[in-house]
Amino acid sequence: MTNSWTDIKNTDLVVIMGGNAAEAHPCGFKWVTEAKANRGARLIVVDPRFTRSASVADMYAPIRQGTDIAFLFGVMNYCISNNNVQWDYVKAFTNAPYIVKEGFDFHDGLFTGYDETKRDYNKSTWEYELDADGYVQADDTLENPRCVWSLLKKHISVYTPEMVERICGTPKDKFLKVAQMISECSSPTKTMTSMYALGWTQHSKGSQNIRAMAMLQLILGNIGVRGGGMNALRGHSNIQGLTDIGLMSNLIPGYLTIPTEKEATLEVYMSTRGFKPLRPNQMSYWQNYKKFFVSFQKSMWGSAATAENSFAYDWLPKLDLPSYDVLRIFELMHQGKVNGYICQGFNPLLSAPNRKKLTAALSKLKFLVVMDPLQTETARFWENHGEFNDVDSSKIQTEVIELPTTCFAEDTGSLSNSGRWLQWHWAGGSHPAEGRNDASIMAQIYLRLKALYEKEGGPVPDPIVKLDWRYKDPAAPTPEELAKELNGSALEDITDPNDPTKVILAKGKQVVSFAALRDDGKTACGCWIYSGCFNEAGNNMARRDTNDPDSTGAYSTWAWSWPVNRRILYNRASSDINGKPWDDSRKLLWWDGAKWTGYDVPDIAPTAKPDVVGPFIMNPEGTGRLFTRGMMRDGPFPAHYEPFESPVVNVLAPKVRGNPAARVFKGDMEQFGDAEEFPYAATSYRLTEHFHFWTKHQHNPAVMQPEFFVEISEQLAKEKGIKSGGWARIWSKRGSIKGKVVVTKRIAPLTCDGKTVHIVGIPLHWGFMGETRKGFGPNSLTPYVGDANIETPEYKAFLVDIEPIPGPVA
Amino acid sequence: MANFEFVLPPAPTSNVKPIFGEQDLIRRSASTITPPAKRQTEVAKLIDVTKCIGCKACEVACLEWNDLHHEVGSNTGVYDNPPDLDPDIFTVMRFTEWVNPETKNLEWLIRKDGCMHCEDPGCLKACPAPGAIVQYSNGIVDIDHEKCIGCGYCIKGCPFNIPRISKVDHTAYKCTLCSDRLAVGQGPACAKACPTHAIVFGTKDDMKKHAEGRITDLKSRGFRNAGLYDPPGVGGTHVMYVLHHADQPELYAGLPSNPTISPIVELWKGAVKYVGLSALGFAAVVGVLHHLVVGANRVTAEDEDNAGKLKQGRS
Repeated sequence: MTNSWTDIKNTDLVVIMGGNAAEAHPCGFKWVTEAKANRGARLIVVDPRFTRSASVADMYAPIRQGTDIAFLFGVMNYCISNNNVQWDYVKAFTNAPYIVKEGFDFHDGLFTGYDETKRDYNKSTWEYELDADGYVQADDTLENPRCVWSLLKKHISVYTPEMVERICGTPKDKFLKVAQMISECSSPTKTMTSMYALGWTQHSKGSQNIRAMAMLQLILGNIGVRGGGMNALRGHSNIQGLTDIGLMSNLIPGYLTIPTEKEATLEVYMSTRGFKPLRPNQMSYWQNYKKFFVSFQKSMWGSAATAENSFAYDWLPKLDLPSYDVLRIFELMHQGKVNGYICQGFNPLLSAPNRKKLTAALSKLKFLVVMDPLQTETARFWENHGEFNDVDSSKIQTEVIELPTTCFAEDTGSLSNSGRWLQWHWAGGSHPAEGRNDASIMAQIYLRLKALYEKEGGPVPDPIVKLDWRYKDPAAPTPEELAKELNGSALEDITDPNDPTKVILAKGKQVVSFAALRDDGKTACGCWIYSGCFNEAGNNMARRDTNDPDSTGAYSTWAWSWPVNRRILYNRASSDINGKPWDDSRKLLWWDGAKWTGYDVPDIAPTAKPDVVGPFIMNPEGTGRLFTRGMMRDGPFPAHYEPFESPVVNVLAPKVRGNPAARVFKGDMEQFGDAEEFPYAATSYRLTEHFHFWTKHQHNPAVMQPEFFVEISEQLAKEKGIKSGGWARIWSKRGSIKGKVVVTKRIAPLTCDGKTVHIVGIPLHWGFMGETRKGFGPNSLTPYVGDANIETPEYKAFLVDIEPIPGPVA
Repeated sequence: MANFEFVLPPAPTSNVKPIFGEQDLIRRSASTITPPAKRQTEVAKLIDVTKCIGCKACEVACLEWNDLHHEVGSNTGVYDNPPDLDPDIFTVMRFTEWVNPETKNLEWLIRKDGCMHCEDPGCLKACPAPGAIVQYSNGIVDIDHEKCIGCGYCIKGCPFNIPRISKVDHTAYKCTLCSDRLAVGQGPACAKACPTHAIVFGTKDDMKKHAEGRITDLKSRGFRNAGLYDPPGVGGTHVMYVLHHADQPELYAGLPSNPTISPIVELWKGAVKYVGLSALGFAAVVGVLHHLVVGANRVTAEDEDNAGKLKQGRS
């Protein structure tokens, strides 16, 4: 989230699209309720299903899954055509005036530079025109035909209300009502918040779905303000923490990146991470990258990371591929190229796509380690559970080792919520006899590995043997020790750069924040964005003060948020070019003539002049990007692409299937179904009664939704002769499942490009372990393809067929 | 901006710490009592159907607080699960899909069903067992399982079809409005669990005032018939609803538009009151009626089995 849960109470308009906050985030949804009850805020829900969120919305508009970009560009086109643009914001705070290189274009669904064989782009034209000093050229009148604004207007002009209806199936009157409500938020005194989740990410163009809304929010002037922002609702209590800490194959903590094998030295690695400002006087904060990186290396290898060995740069793994995401790992496993797999707090057998492929892949492992508080399906993938897990155990040789862990309520530590708040929690109970917390299990594995390396040597033992492991009990690092390490500390006395005799931070002390980090090896910091969470003031994450001056919703003394306890990112944009708040009733940060002041920690240098330094300090431009240059694999603008399995062809580019830049493994393309064979558009989702695959192990939630089902419209039920409460078989090109059927008015057929599209809804909570009845999940059916940028699988849009079947004989 | 406290569950429960004892009863089934000279402040739970997202957290909270163990059922083609009230669940969500003929828009009406705690409780009036159903002066209607004979008349007397007879111990079960929590200054478990504050609890006056604000908000959103459900036919209730369509309560899974106590109950209770049956005659009438309504009391093998399970589960 750019903002926080508590800030949602400040909004005038909530748009829930690509998510279902009431159902999947019921506790956070209370802030929507709050905005509605106390500010008179309105709620719009755009979803293929009439969800629980829709049940309390002021406006609901249906949409075919996988067409969000068309819808959002339709809204943007409406706003621009009707002059509902916050012009002062757009001109000052976005890259709208910047000139783009000659040669950049978009035709027949493809941007310049497409290579069909590589399914990738040459992105050389997706760039600004730079002047002799390396700064971006701009046209403040926005009239230059090659400025971002002109290109954007041209790019989205095709998305008329009629086209939106044709692609999305959203009736024109409903679309226009939504567009009109949203367009009102271009006023500097009206804000809109976007709440989204996996309804946007789980598409082959998931990142671009989010980009489209972020662009709309920039045009309306809703980024950096109270009650505005792009608010990703994270699906686990600590999934924000997972990404922050960099538990991805291509990241290290704090969104720093793992080197590639082409970056053999630290110098080469840093040469593309200089982040020279693209406009004069901009902060371009990533210029501090080296301080964060070197401090990370020092936290990993301590005194063994020296200036002489480039701070142990060689000991970091180097990627030979863009990433080892879950799809690639299972692909490699399926090819027999993976020996062992450690599965920690993850149940891929139910949560990765194409279950048949997953079972085959897991069966090829030599060993599988499962660390989990529950008996997951993955841990029992080899066990026959009749039709629910129809495997021949005698043919599977994988050795499975289960290491029972504590669950969240049984250990102490911090959880990072959607709003970037690190909230410390304390163990509420003791764990069952054999359970251990994850950190102690990891430590045990590490100590044994280290002993093996010490005993047996090996080609490169240093990364393991020299790891800095100074915990009081090496076999069980405490949460406090780990948190302090993430915060960072001085390894030597740090002196004032202007007066070397003056020590500003003594050796051994915790750094106040990342501002104190150094690139010379004098500081260590495990995760720079977490720096400040546990400093000399103590454990800031454990703060529980509900004081909130003037009820702004900041709650600055409750827990701690990254970065530096800032509650709203880009908050400098809450004031105009002169530093005066756009909305006096919703002030956040303003210029008092000499410095920035307000309710939040300034997201800008405290004395940076308002008309000189732009608010988007992480970008070398200092402005928000409507055009992302070459930073996204599939285009500098989003564009409408159909899902890989779609009931209709892409009316804007009939020859393009799916997202042209999305990775497809050999053999998986042949496993995509088409609309002739599989006529119905399926989607998957959570229900409020359950939390993923966990609560089915608990009795009471199992009582609340005991049995797997699919949902279809009354019309489809009639057509197929399926009765509510009856049974059906649902199958795709990759698998077949069966379940009870809920026939409902909440899923209505749509008309897209003259064709009736029926939707089949498939919730995801059931498996063959736990308290609920045994059942299936959508991943038996879903295609093996992910988002072009981050490989999140396309779970939200795929094709199936359905037929009634007799129920099991009781 | 309106007052922040407005939508949070109001806190009057802290100064409404009721006394739950014989001295505080205003009604007692099949008994004549002298009500206390001064009534305690009347309490109420307000369920704002328009804020409810049907998450069932209240159902789980109710199961947890009352230490109930409900069986894992099956899907019957709807979201309603468990499908109905029973001795092991005192509140359920009732989901209704309704197309508003005026707007042509679908509305998903979700009503939390359970005991309404009527000011004039039909269950209590119908109950022939002395003291099995009582009403406290703050308005809560409660069942005393030690005194309940499991005849089922309370079900007949209830205009909302709420109480359910346990097949294990043959007594009636329903929501207690968490009288045990209230006695120690806590609000009902369901209200505490509700994430959107759709369920709030406090004095009846405060709840009515809170409802007024909600109704004003709903009217601003085009629900011109939004209103409070506090039906006069049963003297008002201590569980009230805010409805978007207060003119059509039946839309909400058959919520009665004008609930009243069945005339049969009034008649036979009238007879009890004015004719004055002897204790023996009373028992005989009860016996005959019970036989007619419930059938002979027989301990079946299943009963024994269930009782055994119950004992095991609760020991």
